[in-house]
Amino acid sequence: MTLIEVLKYLSLAGGLFFLLTMVAAYLTLMERKVLARIQQRMGPTYVGFKGILQPLADAIKLITKEDLLPSWADRSIYWLAPIAVLVPAVLMWVTIPVTGELVLSNFDMGLLYITAISVLSVMGLVMAGWGSANKWAVMGGLRAAGQLVSYEIPFIMSILAIAMLAQSLNLREIVFQQNHFAFILKQPLAFFIFFTAGLAELGRIPFDIHHAESEVVGGPFVEYSGAHWAVFYLAEYMNTFTVAVLTTLLFLGGWIWPTMPFDGTLHNLLSLILFMFKTILVIYLIFWIRGTFPRLRIDQLMAFGWKILVPLSFINILITSSILFFADRNPAFSPISHWIMSLTSLMLLVFTVYLIKYRANANGDVDSVRLVSASEIRQNILKKNEVTH
Amino acid sequence: MKSGDIFNMEVQQIHNDDAIDLMINMGPQHPSTHGVFRLVIWVDGEKIVKAEPHIGYLHRGSEKICESEYYNQVITLFDRMDYVSNLNNELAFSLAVEKMMSLDVPERAQYIRVILCELNRIASHMLFYGVYGLDAGATTPMLYGFRERERIQELFESVTGARLMHNYIRIGGLKQDVGPDFKSKVLKVTEDLKRGIEECDVLLSKNEMFLVRTKGIGIINAADAVNYGVSGPSLRASGIAYDVRVNDPYSIYDRFDFSIPVGSNGDCWDRYYVRIEEMKQSLRIIEQALRDMPDGEISTPIKGMVRPPKGEVFIRTESPRGDLSVFLVSDGSDKPYRVKVRAPSFANLQALEIMLRDTYLADAVLVLGSIDIIMGEVDR
Repeated sequence: MTLIEVLKYLSLAGGLFFLLTMVAAYLTLMERKVLARIQQRMGPTYVGFKGILQPLADAIKLITKEDLLPSWADRSIYWLAPIAVLVPAVLMWVTIPVTGELVLSNFDMGLLYITAISVLSVMGLVMAGWGSANKWAVMGGLRAAGQLVSYEIPFIMSILAIAMLAQSLNLREIVFQQNHFAFILKQPLAFFIFFTAGLAELGRIPFDIHHAESEVVGGPFVEYSGAHWAVFYLAEYMNTFTVAVLTTLLFLGGWIWPTMPFDGTLHNLLSLILFMFKTILVIYLIFWIRGTFPRLRIDQLMAFGWKILVPLSFINILITSSILFFADRNPAFSPISHWIMSLTSLMLLVFTVYLIKYRANANGDVDSVRLVSASEIRQNILKKNEVTH
Repeated sequence: MKSGDIFNMEVQQIHNDDAIDLMINMGPQHPSTHGVFRLVIWVDGEKIVKAEPHIGYLHRGSEKICESEYYNQVITLFDRMDYVSNLNNELAFSLAVEKMMSLDVPERAQYIRVILCELNRIASHMLFYGVYGLDAGATTPMLYGFRERERIQELFESVTGARLMHNYIRIGGLKQDVGPDFKSKVLKVTEDLKRGIEECDVLLSKNEMFLVRTKGIGIINAADAVNYGVSGPSLRASGIAYDVRVNDPYSIYDRFDFSIPVGSNGDCWDRYYVRIEEMKQSLRIIEQALRDMPDGEISTPIKGMVRPPKGEVFIRTESPRGDLSVFLVSDGSDKPYRVKVRAPSFANLQALEIMLRDTYLADAVLVLGSIDIIMGEVDR
């Protein structure tokens, strides 16, 4: 490897990191603005035009803040944890294509690589929990481990269905396979599982139990301050972006629009804009969910994962693979196979939503509160007094 | 799969005799202990094995200070006990002194007191609503609750001159008359509140996740609730229709027609929803009071210092948190000899031990939130 090559790779890595940092920083601003809109507030308005420089101000504040180290902390683990969380978040981006041309390295095993790398960040959270020597942090770390590991299964299983459909693990290939129909149309159930499990992987509301502010006071991050704390959140927002991008790539057709009329540079530019637009929609959905839902308890979260998402994802794979198998065997079946796949998937999704919506309530009725009129009580008291006198 | 199975998983607890349960200090500096409350909990994994509440971090000796203040000054101290429903507290003390001195409070003052106290009840429940949302992990209800609370606070500011520590209800009446536009202002606020309460209700109450988090959690049955002296919405959620405003009416509460929401399960959701319904009933009281409010004096003049005759008096009121009683002993001087406050939060907090049985760590937050404690009142 020549020096030029080394410099090239270094600059690429640096550029990627810088870009991701900027994206993550502005996601925080977007989240605050979206949440503010939901909650009838203004959000940040002070720094720059309409608060546009707020992330910068936040960054300066966090970097200049003192980094505290609890005296009982396990030093090396404590300081390494933020890096262990950040590195996988960035590494995933090596193979994620943004347009047909724009990708660092187009692996053929891209999806496998991404799923493999994404699990690694659990280790960082557990490290942070352990290293902080804080009971809340340990608890948060363990919660994170349980949650992330169990939601990894439906996450990967839903991806598997897509891989079977596209017959490829190459993300670029998967996007080109959606030239006519985005996979969300063929696999609405897989989309639901992927998105839900993705939210759980991110640890966002309603699955944010590992750093639940009101329960474990920030979980693994409770002892961190300043730049190290910022690194955790940087990684978290990068992961949010990654999940949104993966959703776009796997289900929403990435940069593809069925009738893209242009060629060359203009095409690339439009693809990029379209891709970002779809991604931002997904991110908006994530923030919207954050603004509306309370969080689940750990056992409920596990039950939801193991009792609903895991069986559903297996059923989904079963159905998808058998439909693909039959379509492969007899060509007459092939044209309608897509429709059958869509319909079964949709029906299963509706059934799931019904299950969650109408049968989730554990202890029966929501009309347990009745009204007793005051005059009724007054009469009763009068009667009672008459009896006693 | 039977109903309700989805979000419930029987966790097989493998209890090793050699293992010690993890002791965690929840509070006094924990974001969801509603003040400086300390709950020492022993957990086995996520399950709570034992919980031990510690109070006293906000003890300011209010009751003792009362003994060295003039009667009119004591009201300011009552403001600071339950700092979320100040007017209700002021009313309790004023009623006690008035009963002792056999003062007749003018009709107009009585009506204004009721209107303001009921508004304060709504404001207090709105705070509960918002904070309970936060406890459950939903951030948005907090802002909605505070929006509604803000309307009431603004009204209070225009009437009493202060947003929190009003010192408005005085012995024998009120500090000053309300402005000429009081009626229209209150009407506007109640109109907005009606919509606001509905909105808040829709936002959180029937949310599936909120239901699975609160239904069947922190149950206390009626017998236990009575034995522990639980009062207010927490008692009514257990299925006992007992409200001091109706059962032992004070001020002019016997004139109004309203209902008392009563739960049946005594769980967190019932305690939560009883409060939501109570806000709607408070609006009904306010409407009736506004309709019947007469003109006239707002205060009975008292010559010289307030000097109740020698003796003692016990008065019960219904604060937003429950039965707020004041026991007052006078030795005939211008300062009370002894003031004892029966704070509802204090009594309700004692039942926490029962409610926390068989719950998870995450539930502890919700159970504590559902009894709506104010530490200023618990510790006094």
